Amino acid sequence: MKTVLTSLVIAASVAAHAGIEDSVKVLASVGREGEGNEAAQSAWREVVKAGTSSLPSLLKAAGKGSPVADNWIRTAGDSIIAAELAAKKKPDLTQVIAFLKDTSNAGGARVLAFDLIRQADAGAADGIEPTLISDPVQALRRGAVERLIQAAKKAEGDAAKAIYTKALAAVRDEDQTKTIAGALEKLGVKVDLPKHFGFVMKWHVIGPFDNTERKGFDTVFPPEKEINLDAKYDGKSGSVKWQSVVSDDAYGKIDINKPLGAKKEVTAYAVSTFEVPEARDAEIRLGCKNAWKVWVNGELLFGRDEYHRGQKMDQYTMKCRLKKGANTILVKACQNEQTEQWTVEWEFQLRVCDSTGTAILSANR
Amino acid sequence: MNTRLFLSLIAATSLPLGAADWPQFRGPDSSGTVAGAQIPAKPKIDWTAPLPGRGLASPIVVGDRVFVTCSSGPSQERLHVICFSANDGSRIWERQLQATGRTMAHPKTSVAACTPCSDGRSVFAIWSSNDMAAFDLDGGLLWLRGLTADYPNASNSLGMASSPIVVGGTVVTLIENDSESYTLGIDAKTGRNLWKLDRPKAANWTSPVPWKTDAASPAVAVLQSSKGLLGVNAETGSTLWEYKEGASTTSSSVVSGGVIYAPSNGITAIVPKANGEEPEQLWRSRQINPSTISPVVLGGMIFSINGVGVIATADIKTGDNKWKLRLTGPFSGSPVGSGSHLVAVSEKGLLQIIDTAVEGGAIKGTLQLPLGKEPEELVLSTPALSGGKIFIRADSALWRVGNEAD
Repeated sequence: MKTVLTSLVIAASVAAHAGIEDSVKVLASVGREGEGNEAAQSAWREVVKAGTSSLPSLLKAAGKGSPVADNWIRTAGDSIIAAELAAKKKPDLTQVIAFLKDTSNAGGARVLAFDLIRQADAGAADGIEPTLISDPVQALRRGAVERLIQAAKKAEGDAAKAIYTKALAAVRDEDQTKTIAGALEKLGVKVDLPKHFGFVMKWHVIGPFDNTERKGFDTVFPPEKEINLDAKYDGKSGSVKWQSVVSDDAYGKIDINKPLGAKKEVTAYAVSTFEVPEARDAEIRLGCKNAWKVWVNGELLFGRDEYHRGQKMDQYTMKCRLKKGANTILVKACQNEQTEQWTVEWEFQLRVCDSTGTAILSANR
Repeated sequence: MNTRLFLSLIAATSLPLGAADWPQFRGPDSSGTVAGAQIPAKPKIDWTAPLPGRGLASPIVVGDRVFVTCSSGPSQERLHVICFSANDGSRIWERQLQATGRTMAHPKTSVAACTPCSDGRSVFAIWSSNDMAAFDLDGGLLWLRGLTADYPNASNSLGMASSPIVVGGTVVTLIENDSESYTLGIDAKTGRNLWKLDRPKAANWTSPVPWKTDAASPAVAVLQSSKGLLGVNAETGSTLWEYKEGASTTSSSVVSGGVIYAPSNGITAIVPKANGEEPEQLWRSRQINPSTISPVVLGGMIFSINGVGVIATADIKTGDNKWKLRLTGPFSGSPVGSGSHLVAVSEKGLLQIIDTAVEGGAIKGTLQLPLGKEPEELVLSTPALSGGKIFIRADSALWRVGNEAD
């Protein structure tokens, strides 16, 4: 009898687990425009109801490419931990910690794992955080970098320099990098920020072409058909040709007003050759307050017709595939008709990096 | 099952919004007013609830619960929805999302700029990243949308700020910007699109308002933009009427007694027609400039605060100017009111109670909210009113303000 009961309990447990797996799959498969929301609503309740036993399945399903699905999973995870804490229980984090430590797991899922650990046991998270200083996931490094910054602030001379140097090797976020680079400069260490971030500094620029009534954004001018640095074309007010431009800005800004003059209702192009030894995945990260388009090797990655609403580093992130050898990066930047003082800028900044924000440097840099 | 229990269950499963609820930006009907709320004459802080992130989204109140959204993290990429007890400020639940859209915003605003809304059963939250989430009142997730994931060029580098409304079973949300600009009617139960309307390619921070001809007519969502106002059937998204004389892209319209008071060429009072013809214009006053702040109608008067903190009033029937009163500004949040009293909270956290029944107006009471100094904290949100209490938030805290005599 005892054997039969045990078998039934095991069978029920297996069935329940299979049910959780199925429910998690429903959460992970929500699509565009709310597709799958109805099924996910029920599945979410089932997963949360199952408690901490759902956590391994949730983590396994996270970080697979759909950020909206990840939020279904994230809210289920934090609801489970919140329910445990409300019931005055101490959640068993063994599997969650093991999942975090396995760097072969998806980055987004590991970030969720760390967040769940912090939610459940802040002391445990504090113990783990310093060990993440070289983690492949940038978001997991941030806390460890912050600890180094605070430690360096309390140190002096060579000791401070050593801690800041260690922090610089790990840091990827702009704000933390600024703090560290500024401190190192004061300690006599020059930091090559363009190299650290991977800004593309050498460009050829051509223009102005027309952008009257903002129509230039969708007009195909010659540089979109061919890249010939020796060619001359009819521009908005005469013949135009490519000019060499090298940024002297620490954050790689290319000020188009310098080579072409401060003009309105105009379009310019900038092109750069980017060499890599092997084909690889990469990210193009752009900051631009003008309307813009970006192509890599003739493939349009993205474009946006917004003017003068603000610019910052890494404002836009575009995934791309770089081929072995020379790659052509083409940027189109349009200036509109506005005449206010804050609409003078006609510029962009572009860097190439991996998905963690680590710079990819061109061989011909 | 006894009758009392049965009725209780029915009530629990078909909760209408209560008379004291403040379910969306500027309260019931987006009017900025609620009937029967006794505005505290001598305001004092009843309780303070710390918040985990930034935000200028107003709190909303449903029953005895207050809902607030925040954003935190180095890029404000962590999105929070928090439910507090209205009675004592204790935290009942919190849920967190990761932003799936762009989080860039002007430093003064934040990713938690859009006030959530509720139909009494669910809470619908949206952030500047165009992430949208619906929860039941106990924190159960009902649905999610990533509207930038769905429509990749929908964003504003200064930040989005329009607050959604629920009209019938439709959540209406403006995702209007310089590029991929649209308004959605979303099924409140499923989060799926009921309709999607292409809109002017221009940044727009105003919020839709509900409007109805009469009980038998379809519920209308009024969409405001630089072009003017558009009345759409909330269920289908079909256009019912259009006012084409331009309107503010920051200050939102207010509806009272079937009349729409639009921030258009000053303030223009219009009454839409059932036959789809252009709305009838009752009056227009350029003497009332709402600046970026939304007006409010109270006791036969319309009130608007301008850019230098002067509150101006006009008769809602004629548009004739009445009195002006200088408050201590500047203001970003809009005034709200009940009875004959208005509540306005300055950016520097000075809560001011204005008695509008007195000719010329009078500041009846004030309260300085304890804001952070490093960095300097501002109050940019609009207060919520419920049950004689004022709910107001800054980045660091949510406060309930009551009366000293209570």
